[in-house]
Amino acid sequence: MSLGTTSTPTPTPSPTTSDLTSGQLSPRHIGLIAIGSVVAGALTWIPAGAVNWARWIIVSVLTYIVATYVISRIVEDSRKATDRVVAAVVTSAFLIVMLPLVSVIWTVVERGSARFDSTFFTETMRLTPEDMATQNEGGAVGGAYHAIIGTLIVTGLATAFSVPFGLFTAIYLVEYGKGKLARGITSMVDVMTGIPSIVAGLFAYALFELFFGPGTRTGLAGGVALTVLMTPVVVRSSEEMLRLVPNELREASYALGVPKWKTIVKVVMPTAIAGILTGVTLAIARVIGETAPLLVTVGLAQDTNYSPFDGRMTTLPVYTYYQYVQPGIPTEAGQDRAWAAAFALVLIVAILFTIARVLAKVLKPKGLR
Amino acid sequence: MSVEPNTAAEPTRTPTSSSDAVDHRIEVDDLNIFYGDFRAVADVSMTIEPKSITALIGPSGCGKSTFLRSLNRMHEVIGGAYVEGHVMLNGEDLYGHGVDPVAVRRKVGMVFQRPNPFPTMSIYDNVIAGMKLNSKRLGKSETDDIVERSLRGANLWDEVKDRLDRPGSGLSGGQQQRLCIARATAVEPDVLLMDEPCSALDPISTLAIEQLMLELREQYTIVIVTHNMQQAARVSERTGFFNIEGTGKPGRLVEIDDTSTIFSNPSEQATQDYVTGRFG
Repeated sequence: MSLGTTSTPTPTPSPTTSDLTSGQLSPRHIGLIAIGSVVAGALTWIPAGAVNWARWIIVSVLTYIVATYVISRIVEDSRKATDRVVAAVVTSAFLIVMLPLVSVIWTVVERGSARFDSTFFTETMRLTPEDMATQNEGGAVGGAYHAIIGTLIVTGLATAFSVPFGLFTAIYLVEYGKGKLARGITSMVDVMTGIPSIVAGLFAYALFELFFGPGTRTGLAGGVALTVLMTPVVVRSSEEMLRLVPNELREASYALGVPKWKTIVKVVMPTAIAGILTGVTLAIARVIGETAPLLVTVGLAQDTNYSPFDGRMTTLPVYTYYQYVQPGIPTEAGQDRAWAAAFALVLIVAILFTIARVLAKVLKPKGLR
Repeated sequence: MSVEPNTAAEPTRTPTSSSDAVDHRIEVDDLNIFYGDFRAVADVSMTIEPKSITALIGPSGCGKSTFLRSLNRMHEVIGGAYVEGHVMLNGEDLYGHGVDPVAVRRKVGMVFQRPNPFPTMSIYDNVIAGMKLNSKRLGKSETDDIVERSLRGANLWDEVKDRLDRPGSGLSGGQQQRLCIARATAVEPDVLLMDEPCSALDPISTLAIEQLMLELREQYTIVIVTHNMQQAARVSERTGFFNIEGTGKPGRLVEIDDTSTIFSNPSEQATQDYVTGRFG
């Protein structure tokens, strides 16, 4: 411990003699406690005679928490003991939350990759008798091209409707609104955030039934249903982002003799745009997987329908649902398609997030000339 | 100092004033300033001399910043805030019937306590922000001229001329504040208001800004609010002292006089106490 004094001109005091460094657990000690806890958890196999993963993990974590507290309390002090326990609890809570997420992605990728082929992305479910024959022999036929197109059209419509509505509402609330009207709008937005998606679907269905007769199912109706769900999310996130813009920037702009509307367009919006884009992407991700309202308003079609104004179309969530509940014969064919569609949906959301991240990065570096 | 005298002034000026005929004197007559029901500043009357620096000093909360903001109608940006009384600039009442506050702010520029360059814009764009945001159509060579002239005027040109396309937020605090001054002077206002422009800066940057103020005095009527009495003594010709009797009471102008008089032989005892540090 005190060998260091020979080489350096300024003698460093030996760590053990210092009040500041003594009585601490090193990372190695903590590692040993962790290994001991895992072993203790493994000991629970003995009475059961078989590996029980859940019990192993729970016992290990609990042993670790108790052991660190006791040991730290003895070697260190109560402040550090509490610190270590809270750190352990927070970390395990994080891991517990991550578990289902990783599991979902793993399952979707694993089962979805069976039919994740070029046929899936180029063909529809309009199957010829020959296709049916191939399918009966276990061949891969049928795809979700029409469902991907449908999802893009319906979600695109919903985005086109809800971004202007939502953004303008947020601008009103942040820059202009005060008093009863603003408070009323805020609470209405809150209520809208909680609308069950099927209610939004029924609303859109009833609205279109009113104008175009019963049984009307179009992509447009689906877009309207998703707009009802998406707008409050856009309002909320944009509002937060606009409120983050420092008032000093607005005042700087006013002091240059810039009118208020121009201050909002040229100063406030560019400052907040990265966050607003992220919020919009989150809102799209929120609605792109909606099934119930689209089942009611858009329905299902065997073939590609490019027109949102005329007739039913298929969307990925509804496609997944139907491939799963009516898989046909053999059932594996439909189920594989369902998983592949789920995979495609997750992938679309992932791509959207990547685009939003890149856009936010590009727009954030200051000083575009 | 290589600022050319107002050669390019005419095209960017707001139509009503021809700047050579009038001298940008500000006359404040019985001004009362309110935040909703609360009267923040009471009964202020003063004359602010043109092409000189007027400093406003006083304890925190005495309403000097509020008063300053009322001189370019920035006060009313805050909800529920309003003003009673008159502020005459070049013989025109800024609070007269039908006066557009936006037009007022084009004549009376402002520099704030904390440097606030626009984070989404480059140094170049920050300087011409006032013109660009007001959709003035300017050629590239014109804007280049304005940027160079304004930055030279703010003693910042040599430090930033090689990185005009970089973000303004990358500069130091003192440089940012000089950028904000360049931005304010680029629109060629008649009056420049400065609200504690050096309170967030180190002594060296403060010195740079004070020297700049002395140069800007040649062209602009400057009103500066400061907590730093040495600064008021160093830069200003005239000094006004604001005071407040107690919390909840409005701030009042105690006296305004030549700076030398205020700091050596003021007519009010309260001023004497404040400038000699025997306040409170």
